[in-house]
Amino acid sequence: MGSRDQHMILNMGPQHPAMHGVLRLVAEIDGEIVVRIYPEIGYLHTGIEKTCEAKFYQQVVPLTDRLDYLSPMANNLCYCLAVERLLGLEIPEKAQWLRVLLSELTRLNSHLIWLGTHAMDIGALTVFLYTFREREEILRIFEGLAGQRMMTSYFRIGGLSMEPPLDFYDRVQGFIKSFPEKIDEYSNLLTGNPIFKGRLKGVGILSAADAIALGVTGPNMRGSGVDFDLRRDMPYSGYEKFQFKVPIATEGDCWARYLIRLVEMRESVKMIQQALDGLPEGPIKADAPKIVLPDREKMKTQMESLIHHFKIVTEGFAVPAGEVYQGIESPRGQMGYYVVSDGTAKPYRVHFRNPSYATLQALDTMLRGRMIADVIAVVGSIDIVLGEIDR
Amino acid sequence: MRADQLIGQAAVLEGLCSHPAVKAILAWKPEALVDAKFDRNELTLTIAAEEIRTAATTVQSAGYNFFEDVTAVDWFPSSPRFQLSYHIVSHQYMERIRLRVMVEGDAPVVESITAVWPSANFYEREVFDLFGITFEGHPNLCRIMMPDDWQGYPLRKDYPVEGYR
Repeated sequence: MGSRDQHMILNMGPQHPAMHGVLRLVAEIDGEIVVRIYPEIGYLHTGIEKTCEAKFYQQVVPLTDRLDYLSPMANNLCYCLAVERLLGLEIPEKAQWLRVLLSELTRLNSHLIWLGTHAMDIGALTVFLYTFREREEILRIFEGLAGQRMMTSYFRIGGLSMEPPLDFYDRVQGFIKSFPEKIDEYSNLLTGNPIFKGRLKGVGILSAADAIALGVTGPNMRGSGVDFDLRRDMPYSGYEKFQFKVPIATEGDCWARYLIRLVEMRESVKMIQQALDGLPEGPIKADAPKIVLPDREKMKTQMESLIHHFKIVTEGFAVPAGEVYQGIESPRGQMGYYVVSDGTAKPYRVHFRNPSYATLQALDTMLRGRMIADVIAVVGSIDIVLGEIDR
Repeated sequence: MRADQLIGQAAVLEGLCSHPAVKAILAWKPEALVDAKFDRNELTLTIAAEEIRTAATTVQSAGYNFFEDVTAVDWFPSSPRFQLSYHIVSHQYMERIRLRVMVEGDAPVVESITAVWPSANFYEREVFDLFGITFEGHPNLCRIMMPDDWQGYPLRKDYPVEGYR
């Protein structure tokens, strides 16, 4: 390696097609070898945490969609669970199962985008068109459900916003019936592809100890051999009732992370099937008239419901003082929302612990001494979303 | 069996005396534990501000191996003004604890725990950027979200939501 004055500083991003948003990487390079790499973030900072403090509890739900915009339901779920624990609110079983179903559908949605863009960065353009074909079907299901394709805001504090439409279950069933074949299709295109394999195998290695020390979570951590998944080990929202395997690999390279996400998609399909088969009957909202908005029909016919509706919309609902940290396994890793209440109708402090933020810290460890072209492969393989990093 | 809610140090020490984190802290330095509570299934241990780095090392060796998050809460205008909440997960016990530190003053200084968990790096920078709390011993303490020449600390309660215009 040459002396320091021969090194060159290279700026990648914030406007770079392979930087998955507005990530700027400052790379110190010696020829084509990366000496040091430093992520410069904050280009998308909108102060969402500050905004939350000025909103009612229920008004924060749509804001959470905008964090990790590729998996909106995971964000909704994490926030709603946190506030429900502050309130001590029990959620009906049907709502819990539907939440699991939708979270796993969101995982498929998110992994499909990761697979498409990751393969495209490396030069396998075809897969992108295939994964977006399947993602389109998921987005149509979401649209039927919430009226919105991406920013669904379908979860509410105390349950879900409304009953799913009549054709929802058939559409989900139809989708997951054909989906395992689609995963085989991607796998046929990529797993045996020598170029794809050559770009990923042995690239961006992260050891188990480094993964823990640097706060890397989710598929990236499990690709390094750390066997921990919040869905299985610290279950929430009824995940303990589902059977699924947590894939582990020990290599810690981009290839391991790729294989793990493929298996995760297959496991998600199984969980959606279990949710469809075992879906209990019952209401989708908790019986808490002062917290959950009443049905439209009741509001038009019953005086109390109208009063509750008016009160919730105009002054919100008070949440008992306290602090709660709710962790869930989002498609990218451990997501945690820390909500502090001072007993009023607005959160005193909301903090979002997002998995991508910590994962970025590991970039330098993964890339030191590697070729500059590997930067693209590694940034693609860790699956980051800048919306949740910058907040 | 655990009770649902244990408020106050005495109640926690009595009800959760066999909890690995409580045991480790007591074995290390009982006087560093200022307060404790077990609320909504979460254990919060309040640590004296000057002891936080050693407390982090202690819980780390007690099996709480994964640092998840640190953030601050501004209790302006009450005193002590800032609360720091460290969330730490144990892969072994499948459990999370919260270490809490209360710090006084408008420009507080706390020891950094990046030497214990390098992953605290970005999180401490974020707290520094948005709350103005300085972490001593941090390798690269500069703004992370806001521009480098930004004035003020946006997440403080005396900073208006619309900002200064």
